[in-house]
Amino acid sequence: MLELDKLVKLVGDGIEAVVTALGLGPTWVTLVQLIVAALVVVVFAALVVLFLVWWERKVSARFQMRLGPMRVGWHGTIQTIADALKLLQKELITPANVDRGIYFWAPVVTFVAAMAVYVTVPFGKGLIVRDLNIGILYILSITTFTVIGLLMAGWSSNNKYALLGGFRSAAQVVSYEVPMALAIVAVVMLTQTLSMGEIVSQQAKFYQWYIWRQPLGFLIYLVAATAECNRTPFDLPEADSELVAGFVTEYSGMKFAMFFLAEFLNMFTVAAIATTLFFGGWNGPFLPSWMWFLIKTLAGVFVLMWFRWTYPRLRVDQLMSFAWKFLLPLAFINIVLTGLGIYIFRP
Amino acid sequence: MDTISLAFYALAFLIIAAAIFVVTSKNIFHSAIYLILALFGVAGIYVLLQAPFLAAAQVLIYVGAVSMLMIFAIMLTARIADQTIRHTNEQVPTGLLVSLGLLAVIVYSLWQTPFAISSDPMPEGAGGTLGKLLLTQFALPFEIVSVLLLGALIGAVVIAKKDSVRREPEAPMTPLPKSAEKVAG
Amino acid sequence: MEGIGLTHYLTLSAVVFCIGVFGMLTRRNAVGVLMSIELMFNAVNITLVAFARYVTPATITGQVVAIFTIAVAAAEATVALAIVLLIYQHHRGIDVDRINFMKW
Repeated sequence: MLELDKLVKLVGDGIEAVVTALGLGPTWVTLVQLIVAALVVVVFAALVVLFLVWWERKVSARFQMRLGPMRVGWHGTIQTIADALKLLQKELITPANVDRGIYFWAPVVTFVAAMAVYVTVPFGKGLIVRDLNIGILYILSITTFTVIGLLMAGWSSNNKYALLGGFRSAAQVVSYEVPMALAIVAVVMLTQTLSMGEIVSQQAKFYQWYIWRQPLGFLIYLVAATAECNRTPFDLPEADSELVAGFVTEYSGMKFAMFFLAEFLNMFTVAAIATTLFFGGWNGPFLPSWMWFLIKTLAGVFVLMWFRWTYPRLRVDQLMSFAWKFLLPLAFINIVLTGLGIYIFRP
Repeated sequence: MDTISLAFYALAFLIIAAAIFVVTSKNIFHSAIYLILALFGVAGIYVLLQAPFLAAAQVLIYVGAVSMLMIFAIMLTARIADQTIRHTNEQVPTGLLVSLGLLAVIVYSLWQTPFAISSDPMPEGAGGTLGKLLLTQFALPFEIVSVLLLGALIGAVVIAKKDSVRREPEAPMTPLPKSAEKVAG
Repeated sequence: MEGIGLTHYLTLSAVVFCIGVFGMLTRRNAVGVLMSIELMFNAVNITLVAFARYVTPATITGQVVAIFTIAVAAAEATVALAIVLLIYQHHRGIDVDRINFMKW
């Protein structure tokens, strides 16, 4: 059917032929191939974000018995493009007393960290930029830069709401990263590999999905991931009723858009990781693999949106004690249970 | 110049420049950001040295945890972020002398030493070999390190807990007599 | 130009270590001193991993020791920063030149 791996191979070979014809070595071939792959991923990410923004507005509207954006395009489908154009035209305001260098780099760091994850996300059969053998560990470690970006934004804005938002976010993400990593460790104990591609290929059949062997791990991951991307009920870093807009308070125009983009990308990322680790990645019958990946991942994103319009926001102290006193012990119990299971069921 | 050399010199330049900014920057928050940059560069060096697992661990632990702790400490001791405060002491010449002397000695001895370079292949895979080593040959140090980490965790909580600072009891309803106020002040 | 070898990595490590020494000697602020110490830790780690790559590539013990160093550095940073916070709460400042109240 509509598998894309042949196309990818074709394009890769084409690049190799062209670059070699220009008289350049194999290093250049790899370089050009990677640059093209990066461009494709960036475009894909931009499209995903455009769609997600529209979808979030539609979903939230339906939850509140509204219609949401309806005017621009069919059911408001190109509303986000109109908004993006508006943001592009806006003046880039740099407030007077900001720490200029850090203020400039903060959105860049956040955005690049959010993008860099996609190096090793398997989008479909043969659709992975680099199947790193430290795959999932790479994803975990590169996402920490997002927080650094938020902290930089919070500090450099010279605004107490921004500072509070940035530090709340850092505290929250650092706390929830621990149970999230431990939930992933339990899966890795079963897969015995960190490579995303191999984890997917181990779950070819429906009954091989790791969710069946890691239900508790999946729940822990789901909660921690919601907190990781600062979504309700864990959206304290940008709780508008308390902190105006948190760390993005002083940002305008494209810089704001970069934070916005990174935020939606992170939502897609955590859903993609959940798909890969627990729901068999791109494996599925009838439809092409990339379509299965998109369906599963968007279903995950929908769950995150569903949370947003269902639960009220937690208090800061509740948030912290939930992570350290409930989720963390649960994650340890999950690891012990997984170890016991491996000890009993594997020879 | 091949790719490895190019990558090495770029990373070395990044690390050294960032490290110099860490120790000389007037603003301590800038120091922290440059420290993150330097640590990220070191992770790149690990990748060049074919230790991808260590590179990921380096980013995860240093960038994700240690630097974050530093930034939190900077925020909680806000006054030190003021640029008006002098950021170095009187020992700059001495420090320069000591560190440059140390550098000269180390580099001289490095270039004089014939190292026993081995051309054995590195083991395949990311963390597999490392994990096996940690749980067989290095099992005891591994356990000791985990106990150490637990001790550090508890110790840090005990030290930094607000209650550990001895405070005056809550102000009583009736105003204190003059003598008592003097003691409290 | 010859390729990059063990000595290159060790020289880089030496330079970073000496920058760390300089920072540790001259910084007035306790957090700054801690940052310099982290630099020194990293320099040592580069050495360990470089030796693991070039001298004993078959048994990558250097990497194992580097992992221990990272863990110990994390523990050190935790406790040291807790102490810094405590000193700040008591003295409203963390200038290392003035932290001499335990001398007498």
